[in-house]
Amino acid sequence: MMASSYSAKDEDGHITVSGPGGGTLRNKKPENTAFKQQRLPAWQPILTAGTVLPAFFIIGLIFIPIGIGLYVTSNNIKEFEIDYTGDDTSSPCYNCAKNFSWNNTKSCTCTIPFQLDQPYESNVFMYYGLSNFYQNHRRYVKSRDDSQLNGNIDSLKVGASSPMASRKKKKPSKECEPYASIDNKPIAPCGAIANSMFNDTLKLFYNDPNGTSVPIPLTSTGIAWWTDKHVKFRNPVGTNSNLTAVFQGTVKPVNWHRPVYELDTDPENNGFINEDFIVWMRTAALPTFRKLYRIIQKKNNMAPTLPRGNYTLVVDYNYPVRSFEGRKRMILSTISWMGGKNPFLGIAYITVGSVCFFLGVVLLVIHHKYGNRNNSANISN
Amino acid sequence: MQFFKICIRSWVKFGLFFSQQIHDCCMFGGEDRRVGSRTIYVGHRPCPANEVFIPPKFCDNRIVSSKYTVWNFLPKNLFEQFRRIANFYFLIIFLVQVIVDTPTSPVTSGLPLFFVITVTAIKQGYEDWLRHKADNEVNKYRVTVLEDGRRIQKESEKIKVGDVLEVEEDETFPCDLILLQSSRDDGTCFVTTASLDGESNHKTHYTVPDTERDVESLNATIECEQPQPDLYKFVGRMHIYKNNEEPSLRSLGPENLLLKGATLKNTQSICGVAVYTGMETKMALNYQGKSQKRSVVEKSINAFLLVYLCILVSKALVCTTLKYVWQSKPGQDEPWYNEKTLKEKETNLYLNMFTDFLSFMVLFNFIIPVSMYVTVEMQKFLGSFFISWDKDFFDSEIEEGALVNTSDLNEELGQVEYVFTDKTGTLTQNNMEFIECCIDGHQYKYRDASSEVDGFCVTDGPMNTEREELFLRALCLCHTVQVKESTEQVVPPLQEQRGFIASSPDEIALVQGAMRYGFTFLGLESKTMKILNRTNDVEMYELLHVLNFDPVRRRMSVIVRSISGETLLFCKGADSSIFPRVKQEEVEKIRMHVERNATDGYRTLCVAYKHLTAEEYDQVDSGLREARLALQDREEKLMAVYNQVETGMNLIGATAVEDRLQEEAAETMEALQGAGIKVWVLTGDKMETAKSTCYACRLFKRNTELLELTVRTLESPGKRREDRLHDLLLEYHKKTVGTLDYKSLNWSSQDYGFIVDGATLSMVLNSSSENNLHDYKDLFLQICQNCTSVLCCRMAPLQKAQIVKMVKNSKGSPITLSIGDGANDVSMILEAHVGIGIKGKEGRQAVRNSDYAIPKLKHLKKLLLGHGHLYYVRIAHLVQYFFYKNLCFILPQFLYQFFCGCSQQPLYDAAYLTMYNICFTSMPILAYSLFEQHISIEMLLENATLYRQIGKNAMLRWGPFLYWTLLGVFHGLVFFFGVWFLFSNPALQDNGQAFGNWSYGTIVFTILVFTVTLKLALDTRHWTWINHFVIWGSLAFYVFFSFFWGGVIWPFLRQQRLYFVFANMLSSVSAWLVIIVLILLSLLPEILYVVLRKPRGPYARQVVL
Repeated sequence: MMASSYSAKDEDGHITVSGPGGGTLRNKKPENTAFKQQRLPAWQPILTAGTVLPAFFIIGLIFIPIGIGLYVTSNNIKEFEIDYTGDDTSSPCYNCAKNFSWNNTKSCTCTIPFQLDQPYESNVFMYYGLSNFYQNHRRYVKSRDDSQLNGNIDSLKVGASSPMASRKKKKPSKECEPYASIDNKPIAPCGAIANSMFNDTLKLFYNDPNGTSVPIPLTSTGIAWWTDKHVKFRNPVGTNSNLTAVFQGTVKPVNWHRPVYELDTDPENNGFINEDFIVWMRTAALPTFRKLYRIIQKKNNMAPTLPRGNYTLVVDYNYPVRSFEGRKRMILSTISWMGGKNPFLGIAYITVGSVCFFLGVVLLVIHHKYGNRNNSANISN
Repeated sequence: MQFFKICIRSWVKFGLFFSQQIHDCCMFGGEDRRVGSRTIYVGHRPCPANEVFIPPKFCDNRIVSSKYTVWNFLPKNLFEQFRRIANFYFLIIFLVQVIVDTPTSPVTSGLPLFFVITVTAIKQGYEDWLRHKADNEVNKYRVTVLEDGRRIQKESEKIKVGDVLEVEEDETFPCDLILLQSSRDDGTCFVTTASLDGESNHKTHYTVPDTERDVESLNATIECEQPQPDLYKFVGRMHIYKNNEEPSLRSLGPENLLLKGATLKNTQSICGVAVYTGMETKMALNYQGKSQKRSVVEKSINAFLLVYLCILVSKALVCTTLKYVWQSKPGQDEPWYNEKTLKEKETNLYLNMFTDFLSFMVLFNFIIPVSMYVTVEMQKFLGSFFISWDKDFFDSEIEEGALVNTSDLNEELGQVEYVFTDKTGTLTQNNMEFIECCIDGHQYKYRDASSEVDGFCVTDGPMNTEREELFLRALCLCHTVQVKESTEQVVPPLQEQRGFIASSPDEIALVQGAMRYGFTFLGLESKTMKILNRTNDVEMYELLHVLNFDPVRRRMSVIVRSISGETLLFCKGADSSIFPRVKQEEVEKIRMHVERNATDGYRTLCVAYKHLTAEEYDQVDSGLREARLALQDREEKLMAVYNQVETGMNLIGATAVEDRLQEEAAETMEALQGAGIKVWVLTGDKMETAKSTCYACRLFKRNTELLELTVRTLESPGKRREDRLHDLLLEYHKKTVGTLDYKSLNWSSQDYGFIVDGATLSMVLNSSSENNLHDYKDLFLQICQNCTSVLCCRMAPLQKAQIVKMVKNSKGSPITLSIGDGANDVSMILEAHVGIGIKGKEGRQAVRNSDYAIPKLKHLKKLLLGHGHLYYVRIAHLVQYFFYKNLCFILPQFLYQFFCGCSQQPLYDAAYLTMYNICFTSMPILAYSLFEQHISIEMLLENATLYRQIGKNAMLRWGPFLYWTLLGVFHGLVFFFGVWFLFSNPALQDNGQAFGNWSYGTIVFTILVFTVTLKLALDTRHWTWINHFVIWGSLAFYVFFSFFWGGVIWPFLRQQRLYFVFANMLSSVSAWLVIIVLILLSLLPEILYVVLRKPRGPYARQVVL
């Protein structure tokens, strides 16, 4: 009895190897279910010229108008770009760029005049653009401490001097190295991204034809993602609400002129929830990028936000880019429902739409010519 | 690349490696213990001989089939798993991620690996637990041991070699025993070996003579060979010591040996002495793992993997080089905004390069995904269920369906180019019926309702009663048939219903035939055969010797002594083996009949007899006894004696037995040929018989020109056979191959059939050494390959395997399939790429050694044309798709390196990297690879030619691979650069806010997941609800997951990279638009390709339907 059951098992030592039925399914008629007999009801679509043709035409007919719409929309967006790197000797910022030194306490200011040929209706968005700036470099991207930025007070604690203790206590993440701490004092905010925050100050003046220079009001809120500003970035909440006290015991990033709690006077835009800071912390995808700097709100319904005319851009030149052959730009742009100016989408839609339409025509011809012959062949069969 | 060879195979599978265990168990004597013999002291009683009694050491009777114990499971199992080099590769990748500062977190590769390892470990643990349970059941079983005259109950595992055991009816033997005593009077016992070789008939075993009386006091030693796995071989001898007498010697053979695993039947109890125990029993020795067969698909996978590994390494190299080129520009390596840590600055430049290279490898390693192995294994494992579930394979006669012994070869069923089939029991039913006989050249045919005496009539010539009766007696005596013991009733059962048991159905047919003519075999009782003759008298014959049948001699004989004291030898066998051994003048008359019968498709046997004088008999008797006592070369010695006796016989007649064709044999063969499969018949049968079977199953057709290369055609006057062979081969070669060359257009106009027999084949195969002008083997092979069907007759089992091997290793290494039902087919079943066993009448050996077993030949058609075709298409698509989807997954990541200073910045978030292959894209392809029917099964069965479309691994050759690779590259380029153009102005939201790098990655990833899934949807021809569920479900899951993943600040994450990235992406119209247009653009060529591909016959018709 037993040995036979043993040997059966053992034979089924193959059962392991064997897929199904090693012995259990024997002596049993397989069930006649649709699943087991591979007869599940199935939809069997077959793509033929006949079915695809209308689809191609429809795609063509939908995509081409969309594409044209997108293209027109993109073209209607007004964009003005000015490079103020100061590479060129003729550039007003040449001196600032040339004489830049980290030790300068007083910032260098340069003024760039420019002219808008068209009036800018509706809200105008002011961007700063950097080129050859690798915000997407791996060492750079990871050099931040999201827990610190989320208001975790532990990440602002002083790192203990002994390594044993330091392991227990939280302090700025070691990802922030070499921008984590100075003299055992944690940097707030730590990391390379924060350290290299863009700190040029851009101001716009409208040169009235009557000779006066009118400063244009720039809104510095509403430039960061809502969720970033309200959830992801939080100021640490200490025993008192005074930011200065909360950041007590931390040091400012090396390259910063002011500590984090002095970024803005508005308490809703100060500290980690400063929107300029948040915008900077969202690392760009490509080495040439633009980031939203200010919004010029439309004042009333009648006048354009930025009328035609001469303007002056006043730059507090604090941000060196020459060392890595970078460029700095200031961009003024209106925005449509599809975002900033980008003809790519419109062209892509028009191209794909036309290709589809063209293929539809080709297929129609093929179908017409050869389809009939096929049919007759089938019938003769 | 060895690693992919040893491969993955084994996520799901495990064999028992018994040989290893045996070595572990019994190695203390070293290898040389295995040769030579062992001495066993019956009942551990020291023998009185002058030798010193040394209790020999043998391994105990514990069966260990389990691999692990509780303690060593974890380390041993992990070790075993990581010995598989694929696992090891992924482990290395994981460790690199842990040690080196790599771009992706170790979790991304650690999690899938951990999952796979755990699942495998759990499965193996469970299997091993089952084995432990089974082992325990056997090892703790109570057995009765006779010790010093007492009966002691012991656990089975405590049995030692030399113990005398008592076994009762219906019990299985706990170890290999020599039968000493039986409760039956005649010193026999019956056993069934159903669990060993599947033969359920009762086999008779004999006690050692003279030991019957006194088992308790028996003083004897047994000398026998060391354990060996052959179930049917055993040699040994027994020395019996009786009170200082000269020890008497008894020979021991397989008939004295009771095997562990066999069951005692029809006998109340027996006593036996244990000779082989535990892992040394023949049963244990027989469980050696079958050699693994690997499918072509797997070889293709390995080749593709090699390509992808090259791509991986070159990508990493390119990136590393570019990185250092880029860094060499001033200000790029370490701009003021992005300084290195002190540690990074101090590291050696070359070490840095190396770690960078490793990092890139890790970043791109997803191109060779762990999940592919898992998916392939799952597909194979789950997919094979459909074969055993198929109700078309269910045979109501034997109440069984198909059996899948391995799931590795499913797709190989769709690639078969050569089918080697056995004839008896495979093409034919192996259901024998006595048709006619021929006595002294007169034909006797059985007619049911004729007026002749006993329905036995002569159709030509006069009757010769004396010869007739001699012939019928011969039929009645010359066999090894047993009468089934019906319950002991006095009334003899009706003659027609008398049950016979025999290993060969021919013998039953013959005995039944004789019964119809008036001679009934009543049975064998203590060496006396009883026959009821025509006048209802019982004749008694003493059975002196049985000269067993074997396939080499192709005949068997018995030596009997009649009441009157005459000693007779009756012999029956194949004509070719009988004719040379009888007096030649009798041959011609009968040869004519035999040949005619053979052409009619009957199996013929010739019967001869011989009177033995007393001296002759004594000589034979002593010769046989001597040979049987020999410990070495017993077989050869016996054979010599047999051959010596079986000469100079008188031919009496011949018999013809019909073996009907299997149902639908002809249709199946036709379908196979239609599918472009070449069918070869390999049989041990006679040429004429086999030829007529071939005609009957339409392998040969009326217009087939037969090329014969047999002993008969080789015989021509005045020429050496070798020369003749040479000429014939050249002639045939010219005919078949030559015509093909310049008339290739109408090559199919002439079908050739090729017939070769065993003797000629061995000449062909062995000739290459002497004739160096032409390699006969090549010629022969070329002829064979150009014939539509080939018939090889008179084959020994080994020759069958040789043929298979020859074809298998020929140019282009075609895929071979062997199908057979008997033990003689096992060698070719094991040799071929795919071995199919038929659950026929000749035991279960073929089934056990096969990869798939089916009840009938007709099922082969659906197995190959239906299941095989579908499995191949499924797995081929699965493999190509997997490579494709990982190529276009990783390519954007690679391209991104050019835009991030080659800093190994990953494009996608770690969660996406990990989940892509596990969750987002794995289920649709698995469902596809299980349920796809690009053409319905009915259509496949109807149009056998469809099988040719996938022949020669059509879907996994470099062409399709290149297509898929290019598609992957195209998709990768479209995804990356489409989004790149979009990001030339990252202000994509209508509030002017800009997107960062994680948004970039997420947009690319979204396009990727949708495109890859929709691409599969385009390929799916058979949409069951499961496909719908899984495809749309995966996409929905992706969206849901992305929302969820980005919707929470995860405390365990160091960086909240994806926080609300997905939601913000969806709030941007531009992102939507770019996703839609890029998906469409990616799929456009695919749609175009599908549409423009000219619909072929079946497709077109399906459209019409």
